[in-house]
Amino acid sequence: MKQSQNKHAFQAAFPRTLPVMAGYLVLGFGFGLLLQSKGYSFLWAVFMSLAIYGGSMQYVTVDLLAGGAGLLTAGIMTLMIHARHLFYGLSMLRKYQDTGKVKPYLIYTLSDETYSLVCTSEVPDGINKGVFYFWISFLDQMYWVAGSALGGIFGQIVTVNTTGVDFAMTALFIVILTDNLLKSASRIPALAGVLISLACLLIFGADNFLIPSMIGISAILMILRPVLDKRKEAEAS
Amino acid sequence: MNTLYSLLLIGVISLVTIATRFLPFLIFRDDRKTPKALEYLGSVLPGAIMGMLVVYCFRSTTVTAWPFGLPELLAAITVVVLYLWKRNTLVSIGVGTILYMILVQILFS
Repeated sequence: MKQSQNKHAFQAAFPRTLPVMAGYLVLGFGFGLLLQSKGYSFLWAVFMSLAIYGGSMQYVTVDLLAGGAGLLTAGIMTLMIHARHLFYGLSMLRKYQDTGKVKPYLIYTLSDETYSLVCTSEVPDGINKGVFYFWISFLDQMYWVAGSALGGIFGQIVTVNTTGVDFAMTALFIVILTDNLLKSASRIPALAGVLISLACLLIFGADNFLIPSMIGISAILMILRPVLDKRKEAEAS
Repeated sequence: MNTLYSLLLIGVISLVTIATRFLPFLIFRDDRKTPKALEYLGSVLPGAIMGMLVVYCFRSTTVTAWPFGLPELLAAITVVVLYLWKRNTLVSIGVGTILYMILVQILFS
């Protein structure tokens, strides 16, 4: 009885995850390849994909590792990049209620893509909510882990000149930024992020500009709140 | 590569990530009580941080001497134009990265 429940939940969840499969395999592959090009075997890629499991942050981590960044910088940077998780969590409070013993795993693996799948997928009739969400979350994470392992292994056995492969991270962020400029209610936050960081880069130099940038961005966003928050309300009404 | 340092760095990043994912479930039992300031930051911070990350990626690009950041500029323009045209993340990243690799390895080497 319980096993057939589980099987039905898997059969319902698997097709929903197919779009994520493609994206995670390719982006994960890029991550594994990039990490390998800095001298870290595919086992490190798998370890990071399990322990961190966040696309943008893992690309940044490759860079932080290679540049020997400080732990404090890394911690603050993680907080800023993953601050959006706080809001994913808030909108999942009800959905993840009464999901039983898989709940900690669901929260642990709430990535951008899993979040959007869980948000948009209704639990089919007769299927346990927790088990259904578990399969979505688990399959997504496995695609990411598999992609990063394959990238690392590929980098190890195929000796191509990987100079310039770092640009995959730049390209990823440019795409997300472009998408944000196209879709968000206001372009001011993204543009402020670019301008403040550029100013801090010129003032503090390439090795020390991240922390001042993050402080500056938070400050400006709080100062601009009356302007930006109103705009959002005007759009909603 | 320093194993201990790498483990420590990944550990810190992992812990902060886990904290950001679990905090809302630990603090708020009810989503109606979310502070407004937090909701506001949630709507504007992701865009601003992505702007910072793009600048971060170009932090070591030299624009005052040959090749004046040309490979980066050409590849970045390609990524944006492709995305505006096809709206496909993977196509933009794939073509942009391969173009950049060709530029730095062959044309501007």
